[in-house]
This record gives sequence, C-alpha cells and structure tokens, in this order.
Amino acid sequence: MEFRQQPEVRMRGPLMDPRDPGLLFEDTSAGGNRHKPSGVGKGPDVCPGQALLSDPMSNLALVYGSSLASHGKEMMDKNLDRFIPISKLKYYFAVDTVYVSKKLGLLVFPYMHDNWEVNYQQDTPVAPRFDINAPDLYIPVMGFITYILVAGLALGTQNRFSPEILGIQASSALVWLIIEVLAVLLSLYLVAVNTDLTTIDLVAFSGYKYVGMFLGVLAGLLFGRTGYYLSLLWCCVSIFVFTIRTMRLKILSEAAAEGRLVRGAKNQLRMYLTMAIAAAQPVFMYWLTFHLVR
Amino acid sequence: MAFTLYALIQTAILFTNAIAVLHEERFLSKIGWGAEQGIGGFGDEPGIKAQLLNLIRSVRTVMRVPLIAVNSVCIVLLLLFG
Repeated sequence: MEFRQQPEVRMRGPLMDPRDPGLLFEDTSAGGNRHKPSGVGKGPDVCPGQALLSDPMSNLALVYGSSLASHGKEMMDKNLDRFIPISKLKYYFAVDTVYVSKKLGLLVFPYMHDNWEVNYQQDTPVAPRFDINAPDLYIPVMGFITYILVAGLALGTQNRFSPEILGIQASSALVWLIIEVLAVLLSLYLVAVNTDLTTIDLVAFSGYKYVGMFLGVLAGLLFGRTGYYLSLLWCCVSIFVFTIRTMRLKILSEAAAEGRLVRGAKNQLRMYLTMAIAAAQPVFMYWLTFHLVR
Repeated sequence: MAFTLYALIQTAILFTNAIAVLHEERFLSKIGWGAEQGIGGFGDEPGIKAQLLNLIRSVRTVMRVPLIAVNSVCIVLLLLFG
C-alpha cells in the first residue's frame, strides 16, 4: 500500500541520528517496524477498510488524514526539540547494566579509581555506556525516585505518612535541585570559566547525591540513628571526593588538574569554586534527609 | 522546608523584580556599580565585579518587558484567587 509506506519511512528518520558515531541504542526494532507502523496515520485496518477503500472519496480522505497526522507529528517533534533537546537527552540515557553498576560502585567508593577523564570522539563526549566517567541522567532519575519511595517508607514507619507527603517531598527535593543548579550556573558565570559543562551535565552531577541520600535513609531504617549517621558520613565523604575529582578536570585548567601547583588568582578562585560545589553536596544530603530519620 | 514549585516561581519573580527596580543613575552610579564602571579593561580577565554588573544590566534590559506581563498576570491571579 503506497500510503502505508510513507509514515514508516518518516518515522525512522529522526531515530537514526547520522552524526552519532556508534549507535546510542541497539536497534531492536528491526523486526517490529515492518508490521505495525506505530500509531499515527494508520487509518482503519485492512479488513474493514476494504469496504471503505472502494469509495474513492473516503480513500482520498484517508490519504489526506494520514498525511496530515504525520505532518502534525513532525511539526510537534520539531517544535518540542527546540525547547527540550530530545536528541541530547537521549545521549544521557544511553547506559547499560555494566556502566550503572560500575558507576554506583564509584559513587560509594571513589578512592581506587585513577583515570577520571572523559573520552571524546570527534569533539563530542562518548556515550556513557562506553566510558565510565561520562555523566548520565539515568542514575540521578532513578536515585531521585528511589529517594522519594524510601522517604515515604520512612515516614510510614513513623505513622506520619499520607499520600500528599510523597508529592511534597518530591517537589521539595526538585526545588532544591533547581536552586543548586542555578547557583552553580551563576557562580560559573561570575568566575568566567570556559568549560564545556552544559546545564544537563550539572543536573546529572547534582543528581548523583540522591544515591547517597537514599542509602543513608535505608541504613537509618534498618539500623536506627547510628546506622543513618555512619552511612550518611561515608556517603557524604565519597560524594565529596567524587565531585571534586570530576569537577576538577572540567573547571580547572589542565595544568592545575594534573596536580602540578599552578599559582595565580584565577586558578585559586576556580579551586575554591570546585570545593564549594563539592561541599554543598553533603550539606544538601543532610538537609534533605535528617527529618526522615527519628 | 517543604518547598513547592509554586514557591520557587514566586521567589524567581520577586528576585527578578528586585533586580529590575535598581535605577541606573540614581542608585547604581552612586555606589559605584554603574554601567560604565563595569567595563574595566579589555583584558581576558573580566573579574567578578564586572561580570556581576554586566549581569545586572543585562537582566534589567532583557527582563523589563516580560516582567510587566508576568507581574500583570500575577496581580490579576492574586486578585481573583487570593
């Protein structure tokens, strides 16, 4: 059928990003795409459509309707892409299990890792599944959700739970995240640092502390206040070291990042900025969890 | 402590309003934060004060008209819904 071919071809277009070095995601849709062109512009199925298609007017209406629908979808995709860069977001979610497990281990125990540089490939960072140092958004999002759930659990054990509490916790943590990202952006602008840190990178780095937060609350649930304090202390120190080692390479100049002592007001200021960003993480971790553990 | 997104929006509007009402000649020049004092030299090291003054001036220029709209919307909403 002529008109069925068109929506298929158009929809495969935006998925295959031509400038993407090695495909971000494995193409598991090879078999499935032939059978069902997804959703838009489908029109009625073959069997009842036979009767309709014999009428030329409804045939025309069908073709027009399907082309209009696919055109509308294209336009919406294009406009949405202007506000929320969907293709860039896809990069941050291109993870696999090995990467996630290694990164979680790195978040809790960053002391043995030597090489913190992000590998690049033709001026764009390599996808997270190939490079453990690249930032991703999967762990922060999952950590955030887990933190909300564990907070609900903790409040439930103290008989302080109600369904609105979950929403309040979620929006409160989200607001603090936004405030922190805005503060870091402002301070990066004021110090006039030329980095390639995008806003989404900063969201990713600020989101890594949710892992430590929910580990602390979980330990507090299982082992009481001492467990909470001990695990929170451990996670705070690890996130502090992790953030310093990651941010140092991005913010400081190359010479200072390699460990050679470079004097000068500019580098000192940048070092203070890195320390401040790293020190804000444990503060937030404590601030957002201490009211959950009694 | 329990912040909502609405509180964040309110804070942002209030902050932007506060920056927008700083008058150039009557106030900023008097305390040495005027526009001409921001452009120090042409070196590649702007310095924090110059960046801050630049930021204030650009916020005032850019956000003047949108702030009128946003404030009017806020006033109408507060009158209607308290």
